[in-house]
Amino acid sequence: MTAAIVAHGVSRTYELGGVSVPALRGVSLTVEPGDFLAIVGASGSGKSTLMHLLGGLDRPTAGSLMIRGRDVRTLSPAEMARLRNETIGFVFQSFHLLARTSAQDNVALPLVYRGVGRRERQARAVAMLERVGLAHRVQHRPNQMSGGEQQRVAIARALVTDPSVLLADEPTGNLDSVTGRSVLALLESLNADGVAVVLVTHDRDIAARARRQIVMRDGEIVRASGEVWTGGP
Amino acid sequence: MRLAEAWRVALDALRANRLRSGLTMLGVVIGVAAVVALVGIGTGTKQQIERQVEGLGSNLLIVVPGRLEAGSAPTVSTMTLDDMEAVSRIVGDRSRVAVTISSGETVRAGSRTSFASMQGVTESTPTVFVRRLARGRYFSRSDVSTGRRVAVLGASVARQLFGERDPIGRQITIGGVRFRVTGTFEPLGQSLGVDRDSEIHVPVSAAQRLLGTDRIDGLAIRAPDRERIDQLGTAVVDALVERHPDTDFSAVTQEQILGVLGDILGVLTGVLAAIAGISLLVGGVGVSNIMLVSVRERTREIGLRKAVGARPRDIGVQFLLEAVLLTTIGGVLGMALGVTAALLVDRLSPVPAAITWWSLALAFGVSAAVGIIFGVVPAQRAGRLDPVVALRTE
Repeated sequence: MTAAIVAHGVSRTYELGGVSVPALRGVSLTVEPGDFLAIVGASGSGKSTLMHLLGGLDRPTAGSLMIRGRDVRTLSPAEMARLRNETIGFVFQSFHLLARTSAQDNVALPLVYRGVGRRERQARAVAMLERVGLAHRVQHRPNQMSGGEQQRVAIARALVTDPSVLLADEPTGNLDSVTGRSVLALLESLNADGVAVVLVTHDRDIAARARRQIVMRDGEIVRASGEVWTGGP
Repeated sequence: MRLAEAWRVALDALRANRLRSGLTMLGVVIGVAAVVALVGIGTGTKQQIERQVEGLGSNLLIVVPGRLEAGSAPTVSTMTLDDMEAVSRIVGDRSRVAVTISSGETVRAGSRTSFASMQGVTESTPTVFVRRLARGRYFSRSDVSTGRRVAVLGASVARQLFGERDPIGRQITIGGVRFRVTGTFEPLGQSLGVDRDSEIHVPVSAAQRLLGTDRIDGLAIRAPDRERIDQLGTAVVDALVERHPDTDFSAVTQEQILGVLGDILGVLTGVLAAIAGISLLVGGVGVSNIMLVSVRERTREIGLRKAVGARPRDIGVQFLLEAVLLTTIGGVLGMALGVTAALLVDRLSPVPAAITWWSLALAFGVSAAVGIIFGVVPAQRAGRLDPVVALRTE
């Protein structure tokens, strides 16, 4: 099976007022199908920049980055959007749900951009909400739900396109520890079902739940541990 | 599917900011209403004048001294009744030729007074200009040749002097001289704010004596057929120039008058529409402004949509639709307001107004175009947002 994401010698430099600020320096990393990987680091270590690159939200300034066999440097913004839609599911620390929009419609949003019909979108969104344990919250709006429920809606939205990789950026950062643990348990069970999960966190305890860990500092990988996942679930 | 989502999101965005959307629309509403109402008034005025000129009949030839050109000074007439006889010989039929000398005069009947336009004319005038009598009779050829002091009153003069009483056979004074009323005209209404029923027709000879002159202002010919009307005009002008070597004469047909008036009123309508269009432009700038605010407010949403697979185009179309929705809803409301205003003006004031389907289609098209033109920059800005930056925005 081919790797989901392959980064080779990837660097990302920002131009801030004429000064080059390197956020990532020559990082190499492979995300395999079914992988469970944690990227750990303090704030400013480059872990968020790396996640944006792995998710196809950004392009490296140097090095090569292949997402599902496609070189992101050759893709137009529209092609990148399609690649994200088909390959990646995002989970953010602050949920990023659309206000005034039901859980169902929030979850169905990625399918809109895939061109799926309304009836099928709704059916798949409901099925995905059931999978994350929110069958009773289908028509609720974000402001009618708890933080844990909102993050579950966000996870359902990330999964509705059946992505090969789930990228979670501090998914428990805005949640209390009990709710955080249940969200992590959900991510683990999804991984057990075969979805590759990349967890970005500053919390080493959370990172320890992943099968492998990558520690970052100053834009470089300083340590990689755990087994490299090569097979299916 | 994506377009349906864009519509839904655009409508939702407008609903979420009702007051802001409403105020932004108001600029477009006022602009479109102004365009529709002013074009309606211009069109109505043009139609009314065209109807009046067409009412004169298509074979009418009007002969006046001087040249009918822009910038030429009005010429004092040197024509007399002898010229009329000469023109009648060319036409071959005296009943097809009418002359006029006009003057504003104070008219009295008992204690009542009216200010009227006295027209010294010949007996052929009702035939040449198609004027219908409401009561009584017009004066005869012998009345004209003997200069009898008889008068035919316009509808509003008759009403002012005699109210509901029958004026036939009664005495009036024009400029202090006694006349006897023999008839009244059917009402004609107003034209460009001028009351066309405030005329009094008297025999041209009587008017000349009253005014102490033997000249006439101009003459009109009802040509026997339309084909040779230009030829006839040239013959008449040539004959008059021969008799008055120092003066130019012009003969104009109804088509020429319609053409000139149509041009003038078309320009007038265009200028009015352009002035109103400026307010539509200002409304468009308001739309642009509010769309930029909307893009800024929803930066995080744009970032999220891009993360889950929205292309730059999807985002751009969404915001463009929002702008177009603003202006087209405003455009429809503005059309309703403009039509109402035009109809009220038509009903309640002497100014006529006419709504044409093309002006409504144009107004709708322009308001949609304003949405596209003024929405495209904010939409492009939204479409090009970097998803990483957009997601980070607080």
